[in-house]
Amino acid sequence: MSKTTEQVRKSLGKRYRAEKRFKAYGIAAIGFGLMALVLLFTDIIGKGHSAFFESYVQMDVTFDQDTLDIMDLRDEEELNFANYDGLIRDALMEKFPGVEGRQEKRELYGLISTGAGYMLRDMLREDRDLIGQTRTLWLLADDDVDVYVKAGDNDRLESRLSDNQRKWIETFEAEDKLELQWNRSLFTHGDSREPEQAGIWGAVTGSFFTMIVTLLLSFPIGVAAAIYLEEFAPKNKFTDFIEVNINNLAAVPSIIFGLLGLAVIIGLFGMPRSVPLVGGIVLTLMTLPTIIISSRAAIKAVPPSIRQAAMGLGASNMQVVLHHVLPLALPGMLTGAIIGMAQALGETAPLLMIGMVAFIVDVPGGPLDPSTVLPVQIYLWADSPEQSFVALTSAAIMVLLSFLIAMNTLAVFLRKRLERRW
Amino acid sequence: MNVKIKATLAGVAAALAFASAPATADTRDYISIVGSSTVYPFATTVAERFGRSSSNPTPKIESTGSGGGMKLFCAGVGTQHPDITNASRRMKKSEFVQCQENGVKDITEVVVGYDGIVFANSAKGKHMDVTLRDLFLALAKEVPDPKGGEKLVANPYKTWKEVNPALPNIKIEVLGPPPTSGTRDAFNELAIEGGCKTFSWLKDMKKQDKSKYKAICRSIREDGAYVEAGENDNLIVQKLEKNPDAFGVFGFSFLDQNRGKVQGANVGGVEPTFDSIASGDYPVSRSLYFYVKKAHVGVVPGIKGYVKEFSSEKAWGPEGYLAEKGMIPLGDDLRKDMAKQARGLKSMTGEEDLH
Repeated sequence: MSKTTEQVRKSLGKRYRAEKRFKAYGIAAIGFGLMALVLLFTDIIGKGHSAFFESYVQMDVTFDQDTLDIMDLRDEEELNFANYDGLIRDALMEKFPGVEGRQEKRELYGLISTGAGYMLRDMLREDRDLIGQTRTLWLLADDDVDVYVKAGDNDRLESRLSDNQRKWIETFEAEDKLELQWNRSLFTHGDSREPEQAGIWGAVTGSFFTMIVTLLLSFPIGVAAAIYLEEFAPKNKFTDFIEVNINNLAAVPSIIFGLLGLAVIIGLFGMPRSVPLVGGIVLTLMTLPTIIISSRAAIKAVPPSIRQAAMGLGASNMQVVLHHVLPLALPGMLTGAIIGMAQALGETAPLLMIGMVAFIVDVPGGPLDPSTVLPVQIYLWADSPEQSFVALTSAAIMVLLSFLIAMNTLAVFLRKRLERRW
Repeated sequence: MNVKIKATLAGVAAALAFASAPATADTRDYISIVGSSTVYPFATTVAERFGRSSSNPTPKIESTGSGGGMKLFCAGVGTQHPDITNASRRMKKSEFVQCQENGVKDITEVVVGYDGIVFANSAKGKHMDVTLRDLFLALAKEVPDPKGGEKLVANPYKTWKEVNPALPNIKIEVLGPPPTSGTRDAFNELAIEGGCKTFSWLKDMKKQDKSKYKAICRSIREDGAYVEAGENDNLIVQKLEKNPDAFGVFGFSFLDQNRGKVQGANVGGVEPTFDSIASGDYPVSRSLYFYVKKAHVGVVPGIKGYVKEFSSEKAWGPEGYLAEKGMIPLGDDLRKDMAKQARGLKSMTGEEDLH
């Protein structure tokens, strides 16, 4: 056996071990990433899952015209401002007779959310024949009650509820008149100061309008810029300069774009604060570099032979681009755009500057209505004192994450489905 | 060449057309409010009730911080500027002047209530009774030499017992807001400076060298005993629950909402309660304000209605819904005066005691 073979054989074990170690490092890195992900998800889901349900109590409510203080049932105005809380108070007093004194009464009335009155209002608006009738209804409970109901036995001791309130709740529980129902308001309402009535629908529509504006502006501009730079631009110092700048912009902290939006779009053009249109324009500036860079990569991936063949058959530059290069590069461009949009969807920093960090109750109806977006809603709820907002924050994070996952899945799907290989 | 540019230009033109179209729309049918994050939970409660019980849309409220709110508020008159700003401190002289210069002449000032800053720990921990002096000694960056003499040394205290033998023997660990927060400003001014002033030689320094006095009496140690926990007071509460030896600094409303989980330490022998803050006995409390731009009343619908809702007994009274949210109401007489002043939209004269 030659000396070299001998040496190789000797080192073979060492090399195998080195290789195994190398693989193990990689697995450890992935394992670490997965562990972080699992931790994040267990924390968020653990905190947030309870927010998808909220407590309701069942009571008999009589739509008494005197209590409501309505003279004329046809008068919309009167119907709007009638004393619906009075109906609930009457129902509570009937259920728990013998409650006396201001403090005790306040505690009793505090069991039911202020939102329950609005529910009764909506019912009466729908059906005016309800006047004088008694209905058995599920009424939304106050957030403190909700926290108490969801808490384990140990945590119940820490509740804000008074001893009286605990007693009343136990009565409801014993009669089976307290249950957790699907949290409808979470997906139909805008923000609210009362956690049990707060919803993310306002933020979701705000995000939707913002994303539409961003997509409509950034995709055409980004693609046009990429096509020009890749297919038409001469290679000189000037285009190099532009290229360096685009790459630079991709790394600029997003808050800078917010400052720009504040100074130029709101300051100079006098557009209103807190509207999705301005938010969309600012996020466009932020996502443009991402879209341009990925679109250029997609165009570059189209083999030159296709261009040459088209040219050879007499196509003009524009025909080559529009008929051949663009359709082939489009899947890559779309993927880039979707990833850019997903990034924009999760962005808060630039929106801070243009006033989208705001308390908005009314669900926006268009890109010019004041609104907020999902990540901002999360930020606002995370900072609220009421205990229930902790769960709501995590629930909102879950909704945002599912949107992001959906968008990224779409990107992967498009790439798999439409991508051509040469 | 022509064709390529055309495509790019078309995109840019479309964007510009899109962007410039609404610039002409300068009417606004909702009230725009900015300002303090401390007043935010209360203002939003009022706004929501106002929106639901009137035909006006719900006001939009941005949480910009007191200073940021003043800047926006004083930027000028016109619907692109906010109508009302909230503040957890009084308008400064410089801000008033700024407002005047920008044409915001008539401003109505309304004091809405008080906010206490509490020093709290987990309900499982020991209940503490501290003085302002203890807080200063435990948390300031430089403190008078424990060996005596009018000399400052870097804060040497590690445990509460070292600060004051009456306090328990646990490590000093305090979670509190960062310097950008209004709560931190108020804590530094009311608690740390309050304790600092109990040393007569330090108090005398105020007259001789004001900036040095401020540097000493409003500083917080940076050696790890005071942990900046971010602006999120909820997080502080959660961390206190896990660590019974740690203390936290946050607004009274968080203590009120988390009763059972955390307890407020007595400061100067006074427990932080509704009544003690309202009466002014609890030393670490401040007033909350909002300011109304009179030029916008009548232009933006609903401002008067909003102010009326805020200054109604069912909102800011002792039994009102803001009290339920943790705001501490003004005394009865002051509240009546304020309500009159607010509804009459009394203008500030600039002669007030602004700093």
